[in-house]
Amino acid sequence: MEKMVNLKINGISVTVPEGTTILQAARKAHIEIPTLCFLKDVSCAGSCRMCVVEATGARGLVAACVYPVAEGMEVRTNTDKCRRSRKMTLELFLSKHKKKCLSCERNHNCELQKLSLGYSVDEDRFKGEDFVLPIDLSTPYVVRDNDKCINCMRCVAACRKQHVNAIGPIGRGFNVHIGSAFDRPLSESPCVGCGQCIVACPVGALSENSTVDEVWDALGDGTKKVVFFTAPSVRATLGEAFDMPIGTNVEGKMVAAIRRLNPYAVFNMDVTADLTIMEEASELINRIKTNKPMPMFTSCCPAWIKFVEQTYPEFIPQLSTCKSPQQMFGALLKSYWCEKHGIDPKTLYVVSVIPCTAKKYECKREQMAGDVDAAITTRELARMIKTAGIKFNELPDEEFDNPFATASGAGTIFGATGGVMEAALRTAAHMLDGNFEVLDFFAVRGTQPIKEATYLVAGHTLRVAVTSGLENARTLLESIKSGAKKYDFVEIMACPGGCVNGGGQPTLSDSIRNSVELKEARAKALYTSDVHNELRRSADSPVMDVLYDEFLGFPNSHKAHEILHTSYKENKKI
Amino acid sequence: MDNKSAFHGSAEQKARLTAVIEESRSTPGCLMHVLQEAQGIYGYLPIEVQTMIAEGLGISLSEVYGVATFYSQFSLKPKGKHRISVCLGTACYVKGSDKILAEVEKQLGIKCGECTEDGLFSIDSCRCVGACGLAPVMMIDEEVYGRLKPESVKEILDKYREAK
Repeated sequence: MEKMVNLKINGISVTVPEGTTILQAARKAHIEIPTLCFLKDVSCAGSCRMCVVEATGARGLVAACVYPVAEGMEVRTNTDKCRRSRKMTLELFLSKHKKKCLSCERNHNCELQKLSLGYSVDEDRFKGEDFVLPIDLSTPYVVRDNDKCINCMRCVAACRKQHVNAIGPIGRGFNVHIGSAFDRPLSESPCVGCGQCIVACPVGALSENSTVDEVWDALGDGTKKVVFFTAPSVRATLGEAFDMPIGTNVEGKMVAAIRRLNPYAVFNMDVTADLTIMEEASELINRIKTNKPMPMFTSCCPAWIKFVEQTYPEFIPQLSTCKSPQQMFGALLKSYWCEKHGIDPKTLYVVSVIPCTAKKYECKREQMAGDVDAAITTRELARMIKTAGIKFNELPDEEFDNPFATASGAGTIFGATGGVMEAALRTAAHMLDGNFEVLDFFAVRGTQPIKEATYLVAGHTLRVAVTSGLENARTLLESIKSGAKKYDFVEIMACPGGCVNGGGQPTLSDSIRNSVELKEARAKALYTSDVHNELRRSADSPVMDVLYDEFLGFPNSHKAHEILHTSYKENKKI
Repeated sequence: MDNKSAFHGSAEQKARLTAVIEESRSTPGCLMHVLQEAQGIYGYLPIEVQTMIAEGLGISLSEVYGVATFYSQFSLKPKGKHRISVCLGTACYVKGSDKILAEVEKQLGIKCGECTEDGLFSIDSCRCVGACGLAPVMMIDEEVYGRLKPESVKEILDKYREAK
């Protein structure tokens, strides 16, 4: 049995398991200790000194995020000594911080700003050397402004957690800054564009490379028809940017808000998630029947694709050739939809709203450039809605535009880890065995590191695995490489928890992230929507019938290959 | 941190570094040791060498670079045939070694930490060579020059230039 420890925090008795840190114990006593470098599941460096507290038995102030509790310990979190120390720490951070708060995209959502206000700091108390470091604009996914960086290392920890290690601390002492090896631009590093560094950043040092201005220009350009579509997980997170509880499904308000930006149409990307499943399930069955090398890997996640091309090129032939739902949608709009409505594809401006920063890179990949004109993150959409003065919380619920409005619940759960696998299983199993009626594949849901399951369908044994986070992906790939594990179908998403925890999602402060199971809460919104959807299988969606009857023929047809499939190539990076 | 001169590593140097990596890779925390050995082999740690180390140890280049830039003993720039080291320790400093360093920099047209284009000289500063009685002091390779005056710098450098 776990050994328990009794202690007092600010006079309140708490009993916690041995090995608990003061920070965790304080939360149990409903006391929040301020943190900066600490981020649950990501970073625990104990270096920023924001969480210092007084504890009996310790010399001087100790860092609560790493200091373990002891029997009989008395902790004081809010003494004059603690407050003065934290204030000084903040003033030192601010001594070399670019204080352009008014135009900073993290204004009102900045941990440094919030703490500075709370501790009544003098932001000009110390005058540090004026550093002017270049802003790295080399990639479409991450912009780094190191003059705003406070060297908390949360981005580095997030990148290490992903086992990508594109960035790290460079230099020593006052010169320390975060960057890629040899101070090269991020575009030359092994960065996959997942954006986990952005959502880990407490300040405005990291952000997506915003294309909001281009979208505004297109919306204001009378010669262009602007079409929006939104990815499955955006509806589960956009509400957070408008102070709604985590896990609120705001699909109706989201559609209403975008419609008030005055585009030509607002479509549902769950439709092309369904289409991806039609193609991918057929591809899987085809691979099984023709004894192709297995497993087949999903290909919807562009950061995962970039990771394979850079780090595990030997698996390229096993990647599904299906484009991602974003790219399928762009291609379909500029071919089928334009044709049908007599629209010149050159005048069509396609905007995808995605939870992801890597999608900004995906739409520029040479194999499919031009199909999607701008990919904006959930954060960017929220900003546009605010700029336009739209009272999001007061909006009515509205529906997507036809013909891309109706989708199955299988398309919706794409946004959570295991969702693509489950969606594919629903349709693939039914394609193999028309009497196969199982719709819920619980074994592939949830946020465990690696999920495995085996299904017997029409005489075929389907061994599947699902993982998210590139740390887990590496483990899984190595076990496949060594022959220790054998699968037929594997789903991998680069971000831990899948798209609901994507690098383009609303940035929540550490005080929220440290106390909420973010991935689960957001995913729940998608699974709830799935359960309430009459359509659970992609193949049952009437939109699929229309698309294949009118345009594509049948799954994996020549036409489908031309429009909906792509290719990959090795691009080793270290 | 641009390194202007092209990298010229020999097969023999590569074999030596590979051997160091092989014998060290199973020891946790071996990176500093490998970097030190690599600097001994190549004289400095250009991107080509750091890439070999990263690949050999199975770690990222950014991690290698982070360590290489943290410790001042590691140099990312090539060193000259003759290594000048001007002492900026307390005794030398109060005796005006900053002026000696400035004069060396002026004479060679490079900054401390850099190497001349012809590869003949590189300049570094150090903290005390244990010859405080001779302050201000500089070393060129293993030779110590003491009681320096800025005027005497040119003559000393010329000796090495002529010996080229």
